[in-house]
Order: sequence, then C-alpha cells, then structure tokens
Amino acid sequence: MIKAILIFNNHGKPRLSKFYEHYTEDTEQQIIRETFHLVSKRDENVCNFLEGGMLIGGSDYKLIYRHYATLYFVFCVDSSESELGILDLIQVFVETLDKCFENVCELDLIFHVDKVHNILAEMVMGGMVLETNMNEIITQVDAQNKMEKSEVTSVLA
Amino acid sequence: MPAVSKGDGMRGLAVFISDIRNCKSKEAEIKRINKELANIRSKFKGDKALDGYSKKKYVCKLLFIFLLGHDIDFGHMEAVNLLSSNKYTEKQIGYLFISVLVNSNSELIRLINNAIKNDLSSRNPTFMCLALHCIANVGSREMAEAFASEIPRILVAGDTMDSVKQSAALCLLRLYKTSPDLVLMGEWTSRVVHLLNDQHMGVVTAAISLITCLSQKNPDEFKTCVSLAVSRLSRIVSSASTDLQDYTYYFVPAPWLSCKLLRLLQCYPPPEDGAVKGRLVECLETILNKAQEPPKSKKVQHSNAKNAILFEAISLIIHYDSEPNLLVRACNQLGQFLQHRETNLRYLALESMCTLASSEFSHEAVKTHIETVINALKTERDVSVRQRAADLLYAMCDRSNAKQIVAEMLSYLETADYSIREEMVLKVAILAEKYAVDYSWYVDTILNLIRIAGDYVSEEVWYRVIQIVINRDDVQGYAAKTVFEALQAPACHENMVKVGGYILGEFGNLIAGDPRSSPLVQFNLLHSKFHLCSVPTRALLLSAYIKFINLFPETKATIQEVLRCDSQIRNSDVELQQRAVEYLKLSSIASTDVLATVLEEMPPFPERESSILAKLKKKKGPGAVSVTELEDNKREGGELNGGGDRGPDTAAMAASNASTPSPSADLLGIRSAAPVGAPPASTGSLLVDVFSEAGPAAPSAAVNDDGFLSSAPPSEDPAPPLSEADELLNKFVCKNNGVLFENQLLQIGIKSEYRQNLGRMYLFYGNKTSVQFASFTTTVSCPGDLQSHILFLNVQTKPVEPLVEGGAQIQQVLNIECLTDFSDAPLLNIKFRYGGALQNLTLKLPVTINKFFQPTEMSSHDFFQRWKQLSQPQQEAQKIFKANHSMDTEVLKAKLLGLGTALLDNVDPNPENYVCAGVIQTKSQQVGCLLRLEPNAQAQMYRLTLRCSKDSVSRRLCELLAQQF
Repeated sequence: MIKAILIFNNHGKPRLSKFYEHYTEDTEQQIIRETFHLVSKRDENVCNFLEGGMLIGGSDYKLIYRHYATLYFVFCVDSSESELGILDLIQVFVETLDKCFENVCELDLIFHVDKVHNILAEMVMGGMVLETNMNEIITQVDAQNKMEKSEVTSVLA
Repeated sequence: MPAVSKGDGMRGLAVFISDIRNCKSKEAEIKRINKELANIRSKFKGDKALDGYSKKKYVCKLLFIFLLGHDIDFGHMEAVNLLSSNKYTEKQIGYLFISVLVNSNSELIRLINNAIKNDLSSRNPTFMCLALHCIANVGSREMAEAFASEIPRILVAGDTMDSVKQSAALCLLRLYKTSPDLVLMGEWTSRVVHLLNDQHMGVVTAAISLITCLSQKNPDEFKTCVSLAVSRLSRIVSSASTDLQDYTYYFVPAPWLSCKLLRLLQCYPPPEDGAVKGRLVECLETILNKAQEPPKSKKVQHSNAKNAILFEAISLIIHYDSEPNLLVRACNQLGQFLQHRETNLRYLALESMCTLASSEFSHEAVKTHIETVINALKTERDVSVRQRAADLLYAMCDRSNAKQIVAEMLSYLETADYSIREEMVLKVAILAEKYAVDYSWYVDTILNLIRIAGDYVSEEVWYRVIQIVINRDDVQGYAAKTVFEALQAPACHENMVKVGGYILGEFGNLIAGDPRSSPLVQFNLLHSKFHLCSVPTRALLLSAYIKFINLFPETKATIQEVLRCDSQIRNSDVELQQRAVEYLKLSSIASTDVLATVLEEMPPFPERESSILAKLKKKKGPGAVSVTELEDNKREGGELNGGGDRGPDTAAMAASNASTPSPSADLLGIRSAAPVGAPPASTGSLLVDVFSEAGPAAPSAAVNDDGFLSSAPPSEDPAPPLSEADELLNKFVCKNNGVLFENQLLQIGIKSEYRQNLGRMYLFYGNKTSVQFASFTTTVSCPGDLQSHILFLNVQTKPVEPLVEGGAQIQQVLNIECLTDFSDAPLLNIKFRYGGALQNLTLKLPVTINKFFQPTEMSSHDFFQRWKQLSQPQQEAQKIFKANHSMDTEVLKAKLLGLGTALLDNVDPNPENYVCAGVIQTKSQQVGCLLRLEPNAQAQMYRLTLRCSKDSVSRRLCELLAQQF
C-alpha cells in the first residue's frame, strides 16, 4: 500500500502532500520535513530507495523517490509494493503531468494544486493503484476539463 | 492540446499565491495568510451568496494554505454544501477539500454520507467516481456502515462503467481494511474473483489489489483466483509488446499488473493442479529468459519495468522454494545484478538474495557470490546498499565461511558508517558465537570487536563472552592469555579492561606459570588501567584483586597495600569504598579455606538464548526477525535455543530489560532467570553474608559475581511501592505535568505528552541535598498483568548518569506505547546511595488508560444513540460517591478536559450534568467511551456513569475517575 505521496522542491517546500492514512496536521508536516531531510542529503546516482523515517512507520516502510530538476517525488510504501514498479509509477505520474500541463514545471504545481490532486486521484485511490495507463488517465482528465469548460461557458453565456 | 491550459487558472488565487511567494520572512507569510483567512471567513459568513466560482477559488486558497502547514478550522461546511451542487466543478472541489481536510472522526460525516448516497445513485459515472473516491479517502467506520453493502453491488453489476468498477474495487478494499466485519463478501466472492478475467486491464489492475487483500485474509474462499491469475499472467507474458497497446510501458507489456499477479500468487502455495503449475513454471521461465534478451530500449524505464517483473518472479520462486532448477537460475540472475551498473538493481539483488540464502536448495548457490558481496560492502558508495550487503553476508554465513565473513565484517567495521556500527557489532558477535567450532577463534573475534569498535560494543556483547568462557573450560586458558596480551596495548577500551579484569580474576592462574605473565605482572597490568576507568569498572577490578589474593597468595601484600591506600579506602564513591574496606578485611581475617570457598571460581551459567540476539531483534523492530534466523534455528537444532518461539513482544521486552540504564540489569539475565532461588544476599553487608553462610556454592556465586553486583548493591529487590503511590498516581489522572514525588532527598518531576497510542514521558530527578547520589539507577517495570501482554514501556537506551551531584537534576525519557487496555500502572524503582545508605523506593508511574484518549465531538443525537448501543450491563460502570473536592463548574470542566475526552455541550438535557466522549487508542484496538457525570450540589454527591465498548475499560475508568472529583 502507498501510505503517502509527497512532492517538495529542492528547498523542502511542499508542493503536494497526499496521505492515505490519517495523521494530525502536525505529524504530516513533521513527516514532510523528515522525509525531505532524508532524501535531500543523498547524492544523485545512489539508489532510489531508502528505509522510511521513524514517523512514517519504521522498517516495513520504504521511501521510493525520484528527483526531477527542482522537484522530489517521494512515495512512501509498505513492503507489499514492488520498488521498481513504484519507480515506474512515479514516471507515469510525471509524464502525465507533463502532458496535462505541457512541459510541466514547479509553478504549474503551485498554481494548480487542485488539478494535480485530480490527476493523482485518477492514478491512486485510497493508497492503491487505480490505473497505470497514461492515455486512460489523460482521457479521464480531459473529460473533466471539458465538463468544467462547458459549465464555465454556460455561466458566461 | 494540453489538458490544462495555463490561462484558465483563477486570478485571485494566482495573486494570493504570488503574494505568499514574495514574502520575505516567515512572519510576513503568516501575516498574509491570516489576512487571507480572515477574508475567506468573512466571505463565507457574509450574507451574499457566493457563486460556485468564488467558492471554488476560496477552497483552493484554503488547500494551498493547508499545504503550507497551517491549520484550517473552517470551510468544512461550505465544502459539504458544494457536494450537493449539480455542477461538476463545484462538486469536484467540494470532494477534494473533504478528501484532504476531513478525517474519519469528523462530525460532518453524516452530511457527507448523504451527498455520497445521492451521487452513487445518480448513475452519472463521473459523480459516482467522485463519491467512491471520497469514501476511499476518508474510509471511516460510519461510511463503512452506510455503504459496505452497496459497493459490492456496484462492483459486479453488468451495466457498471469500467471506470466506476475500478473505483468501486478500491473503495471496497479500503472499507474492508477499516471495517472487515462490515464487508461481507459471501455471495460476491466468485464474481469478484472473475474480475481477473475482465476485458479492461484497468479493472483488473484495481481488482487485483482487492483480491490480494481478501485472499490474505480468507485464502480458502478465494483460492480459485490462483488458476485465473496464472492464465492472465501467461497471456500477458506471452503477448508481443504491441498486443496490449496502452498497457505496454516502454515496450514491456503491462508490467504493473504482472507484478501484482505475481504478488497475488505469493499468497498461496504452488498450484496443485499439474496443468496450472506447468503453465506457471513456463511463465516464470519465460520471464527469466527475457532477462537475458537484449533490451528493446536503452531507456531506464524499459529496464525498470522488465526488472520489476523479474524481481517479483524471483520472489515467487523463493516463496515456493520447491523448484531447485528455478531457484538456481534465480540466484544466477541475481548474481548478475550484483555487478550491474544500476545501483537500484544491486540494492534489490542484495535484498532478494537475503531471502534466497535461507532456502536449502539455493543456499550453496548464494554462497558462490561471497566475493562480490564482500566487495560491495567495501566499495559501494551508498550506505543503503552497504547495509544490504552486510545483511546478506549475515544471511549467507554458515560454518564453512564464517571465518571469512566475520573477518570481512570486522575489517569493514573499522570504517563503517556510524549509523550501522552497532548493528554490525551485534551481527559479528552472533555469528562468532553461532559458528564457533573452536572457541579460541570466538574469543579472538570478540576481543577484536572490542578493540575495533569498543564504543559500539554493548553490555550484552561482553557479558556474553564472559558467559561463554566460564562455561567452557577448554577455552579458559586461551582467553586468559589473549586478554592479557590485549591489555598490553597502551590504549585499550574500557570494555576490554572489564573483560580482562573478569577473566584474569577467574582464570589468571592458568597463565601464571609463564614468568612473562606472573601473578604480579598480571596485577600490575590491570592496576595500570585502574585510574583511567569509570566507577563500575573500578569496582569490577577491585573484585578481581580480591580474587587474585585467593588465586595467588604471593600477591596478597601488594594488593592489601593498594586496598589500604587512601584513594581506595576513603574513596568518595561509597561503592568503591565499601568494596575496598570489605575486601581488605576479608583478606586479613578469613582463613585460606574460607577465602577459597568464598572466592571460588564462578559456576557455569545456565544455557539460554543469547541476549545479543534479542537485542538485534529489537534493533530490527518487532516482527522483523528474519526468516533466515528462524530457519537457522530449525536447521541448527536450536543452538540458540528458544530464539524462534518467543513472540516479538517478549523478545523485545527482554531486550528492553537488558538495556535499561540500570547497571543492576543483570549480567546475563541471571537475576531475571532465577530471582527466587537467589541466596539471601540482601542482608546488607557482604561480610555478613560471607560469614553467616557456610554452604559455599550459592553465596560464593553471589560474591564472585563481582562488577555487576557492585553497581547493584545489596538489598537488591526493588522496594514495594510506597503506600502513597496510588495517591500520587491519582494526582496525575487529569494532568500530564507536575511533581510526582518529593521527600527530603529527592524530587521527581514529570512532563508527559501523548498522541494516539504513543506517549513520551520526561522524568526529572532532582538531588535536593548538597551531597552526591551514587549508583543512581532507575528501573521501570510493568507489574502483574502488564508484564505478559499489556503496556510495554521502552526506556530509551541512554542510561541515567550513575552520579547525581548535590543540587543537580538529571533527566530521563521514557517512550510509551499502549498495546492494549490495562489497569495497573507501571512501576518505577529508584535506587541510589546517599551517604552510604541505600535508598530504594518504588513509585507508580502516572500512565493511566485515559492518557490514550482521543476526544470525539458529537451531537446530542449521536451521543444518545451510541449510549443506547452500549447497553449491555457489563459495558456500563457506575459509581455514586461523595465530593472530595470543590464542585465548582470551571474546576470540573478543567478536570474533564484534562481527562482527554471531548466535553460535549448541549447534549444532556440537564445543563448541570456533564457528558464526555472519546476513543481510547491502543495498538490492538480502539475503545469508544462515553461518560456522564451528574453532580448533586445539595447532597455534595456525584453519580458517575461510564459506557465503553470494552467492559474492563468502563470499570477501570470508573475507578480512576471516582477519585478525581
């Protein structure tokens, strides 16, 4: 199961946090800080897995992360997930964002938190993977956008 | 066209975000946020109805503020209102807000449930998906109650859209995880299993997670999934890379689904049906073959996807552990990965090989990679990978390669990362003991360990070497010789001095024939270290000296001289002083016969599980006892007896006892092993014992057991709890901080905090006198019932300082985890010497069940509905009692809040009464509690009623609370 999905930038500023288990707000912030601390001090080209911090569940949990330009994408998962599978999933997520935002960059995530959540919701639900096919995900997101557009135009009309 | 065009954002939101980003300081940011919060609040409260666009904009702002780590305590109602909108945009943002900000305890759940119900029956697939997402995100019990029967219907209905089916599958999984009792699969089972055959790969992807979870819990009911999973897997594996179109990821057909199918199969033993099994073996072979084919793409994604499947296939092969041919192929494949240039693959290969090492078919094959693994340990740049290499070396170790592996691990220790040194030390110590054929190698290894990584050698390790040397007479001479040589080094670790003192004191005579290690030389060598050592070590050395007097009468004069000198006999440390005085006296008045009896060689220790193993298990965390260890125990005929059959709790308990800061925590667990049979060594002075007891064996053991006895002075048994302990405990039921205990010498303050089922307590011991406290030790124990299963207190490994200077205060941190409900409080025993007199006192630590309360807010209607649900007679506990304290409203309210529950207003029809609700969080379960307190000011009486979902909790809370008012 995926316990949490975090995106933060090179300075540790959170850009997305999605927890699939309930924590208090304080703990969530602590987890984000601890995770940033663990991940950011690692060199490039070391492995993409490390054992989870204390806050997020100890030795049965792993942090699986990828670093893209200014952003870290971190998935906290338990031992029932395939490590390489999750790496692929991160890639699918990023490629999907890239398609939806056309050359996604950090600013897109900042100004469209809701969209990012929606896209993620088409992939992961309640900590389990819903869909891995990028075209399917984008079709869903497109359909939502169309609905949104039609509602906006109908208001304006 | 991009799915989200950059221009369609909300301008107000963009401006706000830019403002925040331009803030120069944290204060400016907070100020800007507070301004915005006030603005939104007024907009929400204002009379002008907001349009959907504005609501959406404000909710987005709130989400952004929340992401920055600020609490959001309003807007929930607005979000709930958005749910009932007919517009997709509004509904969608409402659901998003709820999924991010509403937790399962929220009182809004009922309203949310209504909206969900409407959307589920709307037959609009988009709305249905939104609703299902919301259930899966919140996943509360109330939701399970409302929807657990509806969702399976949606999942298997013929006319449900694929995207809705996907969401329904995962939604059901979430509800099953939170409330398995409410999700009754029965009639749906076979139709759910057949989702594995669904046309739509997305449906299969979602369904397989559900099926895997259900299979783990009810393997028999779901076992038909095995053949379906095999045929699905076989179709994927044999398909060309283009067959599955969109589900082909970088030329690999459906990698995610393949991994999940292979995981599902790991819930079951190998298929019994020959045809199914044949097909599966074929699949596994194909996967292994594909690994050897040239890659279809140079992209890392291609190799990741391919290898993700490969690693899962290997896990399945290891899980079956029945196909020697496949096991060996798997091992060879992993062997290739060990040298791969991708760090990720090296890491995973080391990890998988660890499990492979425990299979009898592949153990030998794994061993062939020893050189590569050793090389990884030496050269990997990434500490995570080195850690895996060390784990694998540990797992592949057996008699044939133990010497090599231990030697490599030792040499690695010299440069190892600090973070893994302690664990490495434990592993080396365990391997050395387990595979020692000749014990001289074992002794060498442990002494090397102390030499190389003395600081990381825990008490358990050097206790253990002494235990083994005492129990094996064939190694005693060698041990004495080696330790004598090791002590020659100009700088040697204090742990080495301890081992040296103990062993020479016992067996120095075995090397005394050599003039280079004559008794006097031995003595001088030991004594040259004396002044550099801490008090406990000095105490141990003094005991070694008195043993020398017995072993070598010719050293008597010299040693007496040492004991007699002021720095010993008038030492400011009472323990050292007492030893010097008593040993001096003993040596001068006892006859050689008496002396020989009293100072006889230590009797062998009873065999028991290595305390080191327990410690390693604890370090790895409960439940993390590796398969290898358990397997090994079987294979080695229980050499480390009892390793496997203890539950993680007891093992961890033992380990935590062993690492209590108290130096009196026994040498090798002797005391905990046989406390009852211990001789009456507790009558105060050693001398009294020695002379009053003619029978040699038992008391001599007590005296000989030197350094450990030293810091654990006579009169060992913790005192019974103080008579006022209960009263002190009661003071802390409704508060977490304060002074727990105070007498003329000592003050103990407490600060504690609790979150869910975890707590942390800071204890402050203050010395009120101007004189030092010596041998200050504290021990926490969970008496009675607690011991076996309930509260488990973890005293942090940092021991308290044995010396507390006059006027000084020391601090100790306790981490507490509540595993299940309990009634007895843990005991804190404190021992120290004040002016020579042993102080021994036991208190109850104010850890009571109510500390693990989470407040629950609820409406009057909910409260009474639940009150009625908890109507079994044993669920209720009631007491009518006289007021002991002020009946002032504010005081009562403060107490009830301090209790940890939510104090509910406007619930009880009688405004004089108080009602509270909360959930006690324990690791094993949650206990809902409702409380009603009815004061009668005229009669100065109260009636207190508790109803909890667990009857023992009702009773305990009632007892506790009756003392409070």
